[in-house]
Amino acid sequence: MLVRSPQAALQRLFDEVGSVDQIGIDERVVKYGTRSVKKAAKLWGLRTAVTMVDLTTLEGKDTPGKVASLCQKALRPHDDASIPPVAAVCVYSSMVRHARRALGNNSAVRIASVATAFPSGQAPLKTRLAEVKAAVADGADEIDMVINRGAFLAGEFDRVQDEISAVVTACGAATLKVILEVSELETYDSIRAASFLAMRVIRPGDFIKTSTGKTSLNATLGNNQVMLEAIRDFYLDTGVAIAMKPAGGIRTAKQALTFLIAVKETLGDAWLNNARYRFGASSLLNDLLRQLEKEKTGAYQAPYYFSEAAESY
Amino acid sequence: MARLPITKTPKVYVGGAFIRSESARVFALRDAAGEFFANIPQCTRKDLRNAVEAAAKAGPGWAKRTAYNRGQILYRLAEMIEARASEMAAAIALGGATPAAAAREVAAAVDRLIYYAGWTDKYEQVLGNVNPVAAPYFNFTVTEPMGIIGVIAPDEAPLLALISLFAPAITSGNTVVALASTTQPYPAILLGEMLATSDLPGGVVNLLTGFRAEMIPTFATHMHLRAISAVVNAAERKALALGAAESVKRTILLKAEEKRDWFASGAQSVDAIRDTLEFKTTWHPVGA
Repeated sequence: MLVRSPQAALQRLFDEVGSVDQIGIDERVVKYGTRSVKKAAKLWGLRTAVTMVDLTTLEGKDTPGKVASLCQKALRPHDDASIPPVAAVCVYSSMVRHARRALGNNSAVRIASVATAFPSGQAPLKTRLAEVKAAVADGADEIDMVINRGAFLAGEFDRVQDEISAVVTACGAATLKVILEVSELETYDSIRAASFLAMRVIRPGDFIKTSTGKTSLNATLGNNQVMLEAIRDFYLDTGVAIAMKPAGGIRTAKQALTFLIAVKETLGDAWLNNARYRFGASSLLNDLLRQLEKEKTGAYQAPYYFSEAAESY
Repeated sequence: MARLPITKTPKVYVGGAFIRSESARVFALRDAAGEFFANIPQCTRKDLRNAVEAAAKAGPGWAKRTAYNRGQILYRLAEMIEARASEMAAAIALGGATPAAAAREVAAAVDRLIYYAGWTDKYEQVLGNVNPVAAPYFNFTVTEPMGIIGVIAPDEAPLLALISLFAPAITSGNTVVALASTTQPYPAILLGEMLATSDLPGGVVNLLTGFRAEMIPTFATHMHLRAISAVVNAAERKALALGAAESVKRTILLKAEEKRDWFASGAQSVDAIRDTLEFKTTWHPVGA
């Protein structure tokens, strides 16, 4: 009797998009940490990283007031006015209207909203789509959705893609970020395969994103590299440029610079801007500011001289 | 059968771990007779930065321990040194001290820790106060640890002076980043091993070895260090004072030019504990 086999389905997909040399990736990313970035290049990297931050608060205890102060921090990260605003704030869909009120309509900072029953995605499709539409109607510029990992691991790729397509439609003009939740995909092969599934149905300029930040394992250089290479291969095949957002676990400026080195060496300068690359983070921003201030003054800084960012992620 | 010699690689104790300098540099330590003894980590300002991060992480937990528990742990540290006293004495004797003088220094260092172990739950009674006010309020002054304290130890009495400088700071719940003597760093290397087995949480005391000139500018300007307790010469005092003014930190600077008796009972006092405390005065209405 013929039965549906998730393993066979995954294997066919791997054969189609190519598999990943795990040892090769792990060795490759170790090298990124050995690059010496100093002085002007470091300053450029730190400032660029600031402009790439999706300043995030995703907690049950979020309040309109907390979101408003997050927005202030996003617009003006530090009292040094030469420091640029971050790319976006990232909040729950119920907080979008509060973020919009805090930022106004012509803000340099965009509003990203997680939607689709974040972080598990375990809600009926209808409910998830309704959440996306509500977030967009409330003023979200970007939607961060989670894929249906259960369907992916069961080999139901059409369903995964159909759901992403439905969300693309629901987004309208809003940019979409597709969260693969890499820690639940388990292997680099699956991460690459899921990246391709997503990239084939999203629009140029939409993002693929590593994780929700709500599980134990988040963005690592390794899975970042797998996704960057998937983006590169997809771009070389189709000419469609997909953007990338690692999220969760990136807390220090040094880490951020290492991720940027990975981007530079894998995708090149065209991806070194906040339309093509973002960091989903909250505590990262203050460390970037600390290092920028250190470069300016020459003195190592204490964290309490910087306004509090949201502590989640 | 002849055995291969097993020589120890000296490492510094930072954040509860034994590390080499991030620079991978070392400097040769020679004994009093000029014989090569070991390569000592030549720590840099980046090691200092990392040590401060470690101290910052350990700080809140250490300050939150009960005074009684801090006393127990300081006593435990003394026990750990006492148990390896002869090894420590040999480390001090490397610098030329006679065996008797070295043993005397170890004993004094142990006693100094016991002294401060006794103070942990008592200094508050001496330094805090209920202040008389002309209104129906309790007005009381209580102490709080400052945070992260930088310590720069002198060359003489490499163990006793180092402990005399950092012990009063951790007594009250501060954490410490200390630079050991440059000419006699080995006792501090050994002390790290004793700290590691003393129940003192990792990061409360971080010991660095290396050259003063490379690290004093960073001790001076690091914004996260709240105070510097150091034995330093005129030029170093100036550098520390200037940097401390910029970063608003307290300086407790002893003159390296002056002869100091670290063994004297005057070298330990509750005043040394006060040096790294902040005072907080609170008004509280008298209850009905």
